[in-house]
Amino acid sequence: MLAKRIIPCLDVTAGRVVKGVSFVELRDAGDPVEIARRYDEQGADELTFLDITASSDDRGILFRIIEQVAEQVFIPLTVGGGVRQVEDVRNLLNAGADKVSINTSAVMNPQLVADAAARYGSQCIVVAIDAKQVVPGKWEVFTHGGRKATGLDAVEWARKMQGLGAGEILLTSMDRDGTKSGFDLALTRTVTDALEIPVIASGGVGNLQHLVDGVKLGGADAVLAASIFHYGEYTVQQAKQYMAQQGIEVRL
Amino acid sequence: MVDIAVVDYGMGNLRSVQQALRTVAPGASIAVTDDPHEVAQAARVVFPGQGAMPDCMRELDARGLRAAVLQAARSKPFLGICIGLQMLFEHSAEGNIPGLGVLPGKVVRFASNLHDEQGNKLKVPHMGWNQVHRNIDGHPLWQGIPQDARFYFVHSYYVQPQDNVLVQATSCYPQPFTCAVARDNLFAVQFHPEKSQSAGLTLLRNFVKWNPV
Repeated sequence: MLAKRIIPCLDVTAGRVVKGVSFVELRDAGDPVEIARRYDEQGADELTFLDITASSDDRGILFRIIEQVAEQVFIPLTVGGGVRQVEDVRNLLNAGADKVSINTSAVMNPQLVADAAARYGSQCIVVAIDAKQVVPGKWEVFTHGGRKATGLDAVEWARKMQGLGAGEILLTSMDRDGTKSGFDLALTRTVTDALEIPVIASGGVGNLQHLVDGVKLGGADAVLAASIFHYGEYTVQQAKQYMAQQGIEVRL
Repeated sequence: MVDIAVVDYGMGNLRSVQQALRTVAPGASIAVTDDPHEVAQAARVVFPGQGAMPDCMRELDARGLRAAVLQAARSKPFLGICIGLQMLFEHSAEGNIPGLGVLPGKVVRFASNLHDEQGNKLKVPHMGWNQVHRNIDGHPLWQGIPQDARFYFVHSYYVQPQDNVLVQATSCYPQPFTCAVARDNLFAVQFHPEKSQSAGLTLLRNFVKWNPV
């Protein structure tokens, strides 16, 4: 049967992998190409790169990183951050990305998701949703790296993105991101139950049980984590072995 | 004349396929091409595909590639990948259109209300790493790949060959579906060997040195 995916996430700025708490206070974690290769060797199922500054100066650096990784790592690569037009999607795919993640620009211009999916196929269009709880059982979509409220309901927004052709949803809880207190399981469960397309749970992983909970309780199709892998607390393989022991189907 | 032609009909991104082939065949000349003559001349042909099959068929014809692909599928080592597998069949439920008709059978969609044994909803597209179970052993393209090795899939439709003798391997979601077919010089897979790490590279390495009789 299909395995649940474990996806290390590399937040990249100025050619380095960094990690912050709730989208601020960045800490250096190393060279992206080296880290990507290490996670591939450890059995990562996919890799996600997010260009967190997405400034034009850094764009060239990001392209070179993706090119280098794609030459050495033969698992799906998702790249996001600063994708504003169909041409940005094309450029990232040409650099070696297999999927492109669209976040803020999907809110500014939902047609971008439809156009990109029509042009390159839903399989390579991931819509990233940064969600924050407003009241229990209700979440709002935020953009611009979590700084800007949109007034959009996260569940309705995810459904709309599915309808426009998104192949997958990368769902980040901003309340949990960087806190190491576990996924927002209610958010994950609510969104995954509302959709036909796969959902990647993100934000808050601090230990291996959190990954298990994301799948078993949250119903996620894939789980994404950053800092637990970056700082050597756990290898991807350890994470998979633990999940397998808990009865989750993984690729070992 | 190139060693390997990757048929490029303008749908999606072929860089991953090209990169993986370069890795397994460093000495070979590889062309990602929409030129029917180059496809016709190549020693081997890789026929990938992404997106929706109606668009793929339309773009293939718009570039005048149909004849060259049909000829290659009948005459030289030929590897179909994903939609490149589906297009070989007679008919697809996606857009309710005819395919190339190289192989008898059809392409159908996964049902939308699938559940696993625990009652969890199974998403469509079928996306991720699934086990590939070989029904028959001995095809040279599987050499060095363990039974039930996992490959990376992303698709909402799958092929139903009319003749079971074509079926090389199946995968389960949750019911078994055909994920690899072979006939003579032709081999085609639903999964993405170019994105399936060591198992995928092994299959591609086997393909670039495959000499079907």
